Amino acid sequence: MTTPETHATQPSGTTEASANESAADESYTSYYAESDPYGGAEPEGEGRVFTVGGGGDWDDVVDAIDPSENERIVVNMGPQHPSTHGVLRLVLELEGETVMQTRPVIGYLHTGIEKNMEFRNWTQGVTFITRADYLAPMFNEATYCLGVERLLDIEDQIPERVKVLRVLVLELQRISSHLVWLGTGGLELGALTAMLLAFREREDISRIFEMITGLRMNHAYIRPGGVAQDIPPGAVDAIREFVPEMRRRIDEYEDLLSANPIWIARTKGVGYLDTEACMQLGVTGPMLRASGLAWDLRKEMPVLGYETYDFDVVTETEGDCYARYLVRINEMRQSLRIISQALDRLRPGPTMVADKKIAWPAQLALGADGLGNSLDHIRTIMGTSMEALIHHFKLVTEGFRVPAGQAYVPIESPRGELGAHVVSDGGTRPYRVHVRDPSFVNLQSVPALTEGGMISDVVASVASVDPVMGGVDR
Amino acid sequence: MTEPTGQGGERHAEPTGRGGNRHAEPTGRGGKRHAEPTGRGGKRHDMFGASGFGDTSGFGGLVVREPQLVSSPKPYGEWFDDATGALEEAYPGFADGIERVVVHRGELTIYVKREALIELVTLLRDDPRLRFEMCASVSGVDYPADPSGRRLHAVYHLLSMTFRRRLRLEVSVTAEDPHVPSVTEVYPTANWQERETWDFFGIRFDGHPGLTRIEMPDDWPGHPQRKDYPLGGIPVEYKGAMVPPPDERRSYA
Repeated sequence: MTTPETHATQPSGTTEASANESAADESYTSYYAESDPYGGAEPEGEGRVFTVGGGGDWDDVVDAIDPSENERIVVNMGPQHPSTHGVLRLVLELEGETVMQTRPVIGYLHTGIEKNMEFRNWTQGVTFITRADYLAPMFNEATYCLGVERLLDIEDQIPERVKVLRVLVLELQRISSHLVWLGTGGLELGALTAMLLAFREREDISRIFEMITGLRMNHAYIRPGGVAQDIPPGAVDAIREFVPEMRRRIDEYEDLLSANPIWIARTKGVGYLDTEACMQLGVTGPMLRASGLAWDLRKEMPVLGYETYDFDVVTETEGDCYARYLVRINEMRQSLRIISQALDRLRPGPTMVADKKIAWPAQLALGADGLGNSLDHIRTIMGTSMEALIHHFKLVTEGFRVPAGQAYVPIESPRGELGAHVVSDGGTRPYRVHVRDPSFVNLQSVPALTEGGMISDVVASVASVDPVMGGVDR
Repeated sequence: MTEPTGQGGERHAEPTGRGGNRHAEPTGRGGKRHAEPTGRGGKRHDMFGASGFGDTSGFGGLVVREPQLVSSPKPYGEWFDDATGALEEAYPGFADGIERVVVHRGELTIYVKREALIELVTLLRDDPRLRFEMCASVSGVDYPADPSGRRLHAVYHLLSMTFRRRLRLEVSVTAEDPHVPSVTEVYPTANWQERETWDFFGIRFDGHPGLTRIEMPDDWPGHPQRKDYPLGGIPVEYKGAMVPPPDERRSYA
């Protein structure tokens, strides 16, 4: 006969190890050296053990379990789940429909961007870092390039047109990123129309980006020292047409959602996080502003001349999913204001620093087959100037040197404080780049947002964090 | 080379140009080749085979110097003197706990001994003259050629929202004894970031509530962001030329 045995639950191995560690081992001797860091947890320590080795009928074992005795079940939400924004895995412990514990598991999209960058030169690094937070690639490029420029000590040599162009594409990108948030977040809560509208407008921005950079995503447009190339004729007109149209369409989203009883029922009072919790968890961006703290790096610690633009920091005080929705919607309006001002300021001028030791020599041009070296430039280096050819070759293959040191220049991305910690050893390649991605840090707040709530609200809460797994896992 | 002072200007004063700036940080791919038996051929030599000096090009153009530990002279400028002064007043163990202070490119870096870390970050967070309420980032950097022998650096970026200031703390440990106290008690946001640093660099944060890998699979061997982590890879033939794996390609540093 089989006999079900019950064991007392023991604390897991990690907790045990760290408790021993702090009590007995203050002299930093190698406690872990001889033990397996992952081992230690007794497999039979978890709950109830059924011995079936002695024969008997399986039905007897199953009948012996009282189904009402333990109602806590564990649900793996993800990593392949349409409501988790990519490959986020949430391990949910449920009692009925109530979430008792949430454990986010990440790492499914780790692509080693930071390590890869150490084996490419400084300019090539842009093409890697742009793929981190793939919904806001311009921001990744911008913070990295600002760090490199600080190390090169050329911050005050950056031409005015470069700064304006950067602000222009960053704010367009912010709208595009918020639109994806609105679309996917709406889709997850059943607002299919919002998804269709948001992606329609994002398509407009993607077309503008394609016109400017040659690519719809992962542009590698912002480069150390400037931008890859000037905006083509027609781009300014396209953006000028887009701004009033977008302003009208944001009103359309609000007409659809802001007073929609289903939308309100799904978002109001859901996923509450106050300012203090945000500060402790390091949460920045729209989540922090939705809790009432007007912290926006564009205002508080501005770079790229943001202090000269006229715009407002949007805040709400409720700290729930609905407040985050309002903040993002209104931030799009503020971004439109900044875009209009940037367009007015756009004056002809260079789009790269004057220092030829740094400036990428290829005058890129958009041809019929995409972005490439301009024919004029090729004609010059191949036909007229041996020195220019050597310079082009050296700078493209070897790259420029960046003086040793480290820099951290964060900017306000659509999700919060995005910063690249850039370390140079004086060579032609980054020694180390670490991306402080707001998605990664903000995702830590998911247990605080969801525990104690309903499982259906997990979807709304995670959507309101707006995590992008490319940025989380890098 | 003489004492580097950080902050601007320095680069232009160098007679040897850009190559001469390698002394500001204890780093170096060059140093890696000395320190790591796994590197390319061990000893540094120039393209004609001569060795024993810093020139790697053979043309006297690229001089690589041994890395040094530097600290900035007072006064540091901007708000740095106020902040370090306040810290010195508030923290009696300043001289013992803090190894050096570097101001470079308008950023303040304080190198801290690990024994002093928790007391220091608590003060930095709570002292009304400092108020670094937010821990923006925790990460690591591996300097195999660090002259102090402590190659693994844990880097903390603190943010004072009250004063709009940023500060960088660095704690360095050896690979054999990679223990750093966890700051999760002071800044709960450091939880995942310390896990990431443990994952990539193998720095053990003592007192962390659950120090497990976060990006790599749980059973992954080694710590991939260390400089001596083998990348693997094989040479690939492309249009008749052999392209070596990434960590064996030519380095211009």
